Amino acid sequence: MELDPLILSRIQFAFVVSFHAIFPVFTIGLASYIAVLEGLAFKTENPLWVKLSAFWTKVFAVVFGMGVVSGIVMSFQFGTNWSNFAQASANFLGPILSYEVVTAFFLEAAFLGVLLFGRDKVPAGVHLFAAIMVATGTFISSFWILSANSWMQTPAGTELRDGVFYVTSWSEAIFNPSFPYRFAHMALASFLTGGFVVAGVSAWYLLLGREVEANKKALSMCLWLLLFIAPAQAVLGDFHGLNTLEHQPTKVAAMEGNWETSRNVPLLLFAIPDQENQRNLYEVGIPSLASFILTHEWDGEVPGVSAVPVDEQPPVAIVFWSFRVMVGIGLLMIAFAVTGLVLRAGGRYWRTSWFLQGMRFMSIAPFFAVLTGWFVTEVGRAPWLVYGQMTQAEALTPSLTGGMALFTLIGYIVVYALVFSAGVYYLMRVLYVGLEDRDEDEHEAERPKRPFSAAHVPFEIDEDEHHGKPASQGGH
Amino acid sequence: MELFDLPLIWAFIIGFGIIMYVLMDGFDLGVGILFPFAPNEEARDTMMNSVAPVWDGNETWLVLGGAGLLAAFPMVYSIFLPALYIGVFLLLAGLIFRGVAFEFRFKARTSRYLWNWAFAGGSTVASFAQGAVVGAYIQGFETANGVYVGGALDWLTPFTVLTGLGMLAGYALLGSTWLIMKTEGYLQQWAYKITLPLLLAVLVVFGIIGVWTPFVDEMVRERWFSNLSIIWILPVLTLLCAIQIYRSVRDRKDGMPFVATMGLFITTYLGLVVSRWPYVVPPEYTLWEAASAYESQLFLLLGLLFVIPIVLVYTAWTYWVFRGKVRAGEGYH
Repeated sequence: MELDPLILSRIQFAFVVSFHAIFPVFTIGLASYIAVLEGLAFKTENPLWVKLSAFWTKVFAVVFGMGVVSGIVMSFQFGTNWSNFAQASANFLGPILSYEVVTAFFLEAAFLGVLLFGRDKVPAGVHLFAAIMVATGTFISSFWILSANSWMQTPAGTELRDGVFYVTSWSEAIFNPSFPYRFAHMALASFLTGGFVVAGVSAWYLLLGREVEANKKALSMCLWLLLFIAPAQAVLGDFHGLNTLEHQPTKVAAMEGNWETSRNVPLLLFAIPDQENQRNLYEVGIPSLASFILTHEWDGEVPGVSAVPVDEQPPVAIVFWSFRVMVGIGLLMIAFAVTGLVLRAGGRYWRTSWFLQGMRFMSIAPFFAVLTGWFVTEVGRAPWLVYGQMTQAEALTPSLTGGMALFTLIGYIVVYALVFSAGVYYLMRVLYVGLEDRDEDEHEAERPKRPFSAAHVPFEIDEDEHHGKPASQGGH
Repeated sequence: MELFDLPLIWAFIIGFGIIMYVLMDGFDLGVGILFPFAPNEEARDTMMNSVAPVWDGNETWLVLGGAGLLAAFPMVYSIFLPALYIGVFLLLAGLIFRGVAFEFRFKARTSRYLWNWAFAGGSTVASFAQGAVVGAYIQGFETANGVYVGGALDWLTPFTVLTGLGMLAGYALLGSTWLIMKTEGYLQQWAYKITLPLLLAVLVVFGIIGVWTPFVDEMVRERWFSNLSIIWILPVLTLLCAIQIYRSVRDRKDGMPFVATMGLFITTYLGLVVSRWPYVVPPEYTLWEAASAYESQLFLLLGLLFVIPIVLVYTAWTYWVFRGKVRAGEGYH
């Protein structure tokens, strides 16, 4: 069997970038939450805020650490598997990614240490400043990386000469047509992820009756936040979709499962796209609704996938279904946020166990929404890597063989499986120990200044350990 | 038309970045290489604590190196990485394992030995891979029209294995002299004891590499032997640094061995640079041919002039916060 380096490289990139993406999308939202908690602690001097902030900072440390390690891999993927793309796009992407490193990564690295270990070592104001700087760093980082990605979706401000992109306008290239929508959509996604995780974990603690006062406060804050941003995300998503319709009509056609360009297009709730015959099987839809959503007119024209040749079409089924999963989760989020408001009216939101159970399970939902959302936008761009200008096949490293690509694909899967199962296990331990008992802080000096080490939890569960009582010092 | 020779400026910046990375990540990788040979578990705690606050900042320079190469010399980025495909994977896997070992080792109890091995193994593999990259650069790459056309394992030759071992020995020496500077008591005595054998190993391997290099490529041979030029001062300085390491270890000076080892690295590095200058993708392409567009180099350079000084202030601040000796079971204050 001939191994195809193109498909193996696509699988590899999808794997390493999906694995990486789930960490920063959470830490961006969580960093802002921690900054808010630090601000409240600074202003009110209520120890409850300090307690919440200290706990969530531990969680942040673990997740941020995994994001950093998986991120190093990303900075070399362009060169190893997509060297023609690297060579062609370097004039734009090189400076953009370099700016990300110098304006964001160093900022985060420097102030994270102060945030994690400096509470008793620097004045409270400096500590708050560090929290704000870490949060700022995460946003600066997403600004640059989303600019780079958006340029690949809607290239602007560059011209292709002899196979190399040259920048003609930096502002047009950085602020390319889809960037504002993608950046805003992703920022809200980060807040939603952070919000639902904090709300879900708080709900779980409330179900167990642990640290009720603090967790009630955390849940309440998150529910207020979610009440505004979950619907806002739906509106913003609509704008983003209209922008995509303008610049990447084929992607929208795939999202809607619409093969022929036509009017009065239904919104499909279910269908099995049959790419070979350019049609859907088992369609169930609401008449004319897709036309209305996309054009705001019932008989508006919606582009079809078949308008472009078969070899320029994305795999419709993946885009179609990923989009439905994302939107479905988004609607579920709105439902939970509104339910929270209804229950709040009677003061019952923090002791209604079915609601708390539901919130608990919702804590993992945003990750699926984010991943499927990225599947829509990335797979929907296929076969293009730089939309309309460079295909994935053209971008591949010429010397790459199927065997080499398979070797590293298996390698990354094994390494990530080992490292990240240990990391997730450790994260569970942090959650298990919870907010209670900050006894170990006096031993803080013995810990190296490292993200994971901020969370004073031994790796193994102690035989004699009980609920809420942290294990004794590991190895000292 | 163009006001400055930007590719030249960028060559200095990237060259500076590489030696910064080698010196900074070198000593913490070296501590990892020495890890299995430490006197006991308590010593390992102290060793790890001595580099824990700074290692991730050090590795950020590697990420900047990758992004900076893409920005300034995309041809280097898009030829080296495919040519070193398997080696790059090993390098990254090594860095991942040693990175998480910092995080997990202090939480582990019964599984602690696993993270000891992850730290040591990851550091060793990553160091060897970096040395092999240097060797592969001296060897040169098979290219056509600016694209790598060689095979997956062309980089793996007896010469690159030797440069890989050279980097291992060199980083181990940086690690041991770092420990002399940052620790005290029996751990420091142990570091003193292993430094001279490590120095000997470095001199032997570097010496063989030095003799071998001119025979790998004719251009290098001519540069060194066609006429006796000023560049011969570099190996002389390397030797002086080695003597300085020996004397300062003999006289039990805490800081000097580390400083002299850095000097040994810098002079060796410069010797390497002059061997191949101005070729960045030997034997075909010079730095001017490998450069990105003028506007792109300018756009990034202007920003870096503002941002990098601020970054250096952070970095210096971190080292200042964690200055002084690291004591067993005490960590940082």
